[in-house]
Amino acid sequence: MDGLVLRKLGRRFGAVDAVLDFDLHIKPGEFVSLLGPSGCGKTTTLRMIAGFIDPTSGSIELDGKILSAPSGSVPPEKRGMSMIFQSYAIWPNMTVSQNVAFGLNLRKLPSDEVKKRVGAVLETVRMSHLADRYPAELSGGQQQRVALARAVVIRPAVLLLDEPLSNLDANLREEMRFEIKRMHDEFKITSVYVTHDQGEAMVTSDRIAVMNNGRLEQIDSPYALYSRPKTRFVASFIGRTNFLSGNCGNHMIDFAGFSVPLAMIGEEVSGGGPITVSIRPQAMKLSATEAPREKAINLQGSVRQSSFLGETWDYVFQSTDSGLQFRVAAPPADVFEVGAPAWLQIDPAQIVPIAD
Amino acid sequence: MTSVSHPAASTWSDDQPVKVRVPWHQRLQPANLLWLFLAGILVVLIVAPMWTLVVSSFTDAKTGGWTLHNYVEAYGKERHITALTNTLKMGAVVVVLKLAFGVPLAWACTRTDMPGRNFVRYSVFGAFIMPPYLAGVGWILLAGPNTGWINRVWHSLSGSTEPLVNIFSFGGLVLVTAIGGFFLVFVLVSSAFEMINSEMEDAANILGAGPFKTAMKVTFPLVMPAIIGAALLSFLGAIALYGVPALISIPARYPVVVIQLTEFFSFPLRIQVAAAYSIPLLLITAAMLGLQKLILRRKGYVSVSGKGGERRIVKLGRWRWVLFGYCFCVVALSVLMPMFVLLLAAFSDSWTAGFSFSNLTLSNFHYVLFEHSSSQKALVGSIGLGIVAATVAITLALFIAYIVQRKLIPFSGLLAFLAVSPYVVPGIVLAIGFYAAYALPPIALYGTYTIMALAFVTRFLPIAFTTSSAGVRSIHPEMEEAVRILGGGRVTALRHVVGPLLKRTLAGGWLLIFVPAAQELSTAIFLVGPTTRVVSVVLLDLSEEGELEKLAALGSLLLIIIVAVVAIGMRYLGRDFMLRRS
Repeated sequence: MDGLVLRKLGRRFGAVDAVLDFDLHIKPGEFVSLLGPSGCGKTTTLRMIAGFIDPTSGSIELDGKILSAPSGSVPPEKRGMSMIFQSYAIWPNMTVSQNVAFGLNLRKLPSDEVKKRVGAVLETVRMSHLADRYPAELSGGQQQRVALARAVVIRPAVLLLDEPLSNLDANLREEMRFEIKRMHDEFKITSVYVTHDQGEAMVTSDRIAVMNNGRLEQIDSPYALYSRPKTRFVASFIGRTNFLSGNCGNHMIDFAGFSVPLAMIGEEVSGGGPITVSIRPQAMKLSATEAPREKAINLQGSVRQSSFLGETWDYVFQSTDSGLQFRVAAPPADVFEVGAPAWLQIDPAQIVPIAD
Repeated sequence: MTSVSHPAASTWSDDQPVKVRVPWHQRLQPANLLWLFLAGILVVLIVAPMWTLVVSSFTDAKTGGWTLHNYVEAYGKERHITALTNTLKMGAVVVVLKLAFGVPLAWACTRTDMPGRNFVRYSVFGAFIMPPYLAGVGWILLAGPNTGWINRVWHSLSGSTEPLVNIFSFGGLVLVTAIGGFFLVFVLVSSAFEMINSEMEDAANILGAGPFKTAMKVTFPLVMPAIIGAALLSFLGAIALYGVPALISIPARYPVVVIQLTEFFSFPLRIQVAAAYSIPLLLITAAMLGLQKLILRRKGYVSVSGKGGERRIVKLGRWRWVLFGYCFCVVALSVLMPMFVLLLAAFSDSWTAGFSFSNLTLSNFHYVLFEHSSSQKALVGSIGLGIVAATVAITLALFIAYIVQRKLIPFSGLLAFLAVSPYVVPGIVLAIGFYAAYALPPIALYGTYTIMALAFVTRFLPIAFTTSSAGVRSIHPEMEEAVRILGGGRVTALRHVVGPLLKRTLAGGWLLIFVPAAQELSTAIFLVGPTTRVVSVVLLDLSEEGELEKLAALGSLLLIIIVAVVAIGMRYLGRDFMLRRS
């Protein structure tokens, strides 16, 4: 199978499974993020891919060749990968161009070829004018660019990124996200990106693998992950959401105070009994007057809390009938006082049943 | 429970049989062989000599069979037992003296506004550079019973014919031993004083404690572990020292262990008995260091671990000159006076004639450089051995420290233990071990530079290891992982990244080894051959021949070369490289 394949991958430290039964197939040229809270096993997974940690179960293969297995692994230096580290790990004893040339020199390329490639990649990351500087003379963002250049210049089989932006300030981080995306689009390197920042993962990735407690929760495109979360963890970790408990039966889901026909919601549901759904704050609309819309669920109630976040309002709406509370996002022009009566419309197509 | 129908994260992996084996040639890292090689070196340097030492102490010299006779012979004579108890007594008194010298100086230089702090610091550093046996010679020139300068001044002043001071006495022995080693107390205790954050003392002040109470209740308890550690090391240094007893304890008729050991090594050669007799020295050292570990492990003694914050300087007022007076006395006794008389003697026709222009000459230097049979070669040999020992020890230690810090192999802790274990072996005992293991046929390295270089490397491996280990710990592992993921092995990472990053640390460690290695006496004494004498041994020969002026000239030359090397090092490393070590 082409690409990078993790098969039932597991790593145990003492009595703790840091990673367990992790299956993942990354196609050639794909950019996949491992996203999860700290301690979820994403960095362990990445370091297993790099070869710094051996798995205790399962295997890793690249283009059909086994790289890692509990019985032994190909060492990192023989994998033809490259990596961008959290600390950048730019060698302070070498200049920018020496840092970038290091991997090429290890590959015993002729020196004019090395020079040409280093020049070209420094051009790409806009660092040509600083080629002879030492790392101590560079800013954090510039060091990050050097790390990026050093990693891509060898045209690695797989590029691994270990929270590369976590040491940068917010503005720079935003800029570097697009930089990384741009580099990927330009070189089409199979990439695995570890982060706990969903924004980073959303911008850069073709697909995001959400991890929790050493296991894969869901892998999907950023849009699918946001609009169709499959588990409670994914729904709450990616963006904000409302969880509602209901009961499923007779082609309807019954919630406190209202019911939705199964046919109207976007997902197929089989069987019956208790069910949990996720409704994003953006899947609802608040209005001051009763203006029932076709195919929408209309609830009457009032605004209980409000906070202004700049790009949106964050309201808490409480239904009069059931007392249920909803977080609702509204554009800045939709101003409601706390305590004001309001009507809520929910788009049933955006109600997503989830597994607990 | 309702089941939401979505496909499991992926199911395709179940379809395919999993073959999990990476071919061995892909798994092979050439570096792994290096680790094996290093373990082999440590066996040669440490395990084999020490094992041979212990085994030969139980071996019958004639039959080669097992025996306890060596122990009977070693401890059967009252004289031999006296030497043991004398050694312990001397060690105890030396510790008291070294602390009395080192602790006040360390406090004065780090925590007070005493004038001349840098002068005191440099002078103490001079004590590090001057080998103890040269200080001993200096004091023989100063306080020899008949011709010592102090006594001659006393005779002419008082008309008495009795000496005022006599260096050939128990007092002389402990004084000279103490001045030759108190710099270690100074270094350890000053760095402890520098680690204390003044906020700890401020906290006591704000609660109502005065300066004296604060010092007694807060400051000194915090440096106590350093003082205890320094005291133990002082004791071990004192009982293992060879040069000073060789000069003083024989004329003083005060037999000590090291001198007794040389007796076993003179004709008739009794290595097995010497081995048996050196075992207590080894056991005492091991026990002392074990004791230190035990004391330091106790809770409450761990507070001096933080990074030093801002330190408050104690304003001494009028007392600053009193303290300076005391410090001056100590550095005068330990460095200035012996160094001065040594230089003067080196340039004198006859040191007993006192100072006059007619007495000045360069002939002593000419003699040791061009006429004497072995001193010129010895200078080259000593400096060369110093360079080789420092370089090999640092290189070896860097690799070992790397393996240990990065936990590359199972039981890497054992490598660390081996690398620091020569610490508990006094130089003279190490020499006996090397003699027993490698001097005689079939290996027959006796009298070669090789056996001395090996022994010196072993002797200084602990310093090298401690320095390298701290250095490696300060390097982020990702620095090396970046090398490896780009296709370089661990050895490449060591050569291109770890090594260059540790250049300064390693150079500092190199100097800390070079200085004592170029002067080393106790390890050399049993290993030198007729054609491979080192300066320290030639100096002792000259002292036995009574050629003190020529001895002084040769000693000065050695000092000048070492000072030059250290000066170059300090230019490159900054002057405080020695104090930064803890």
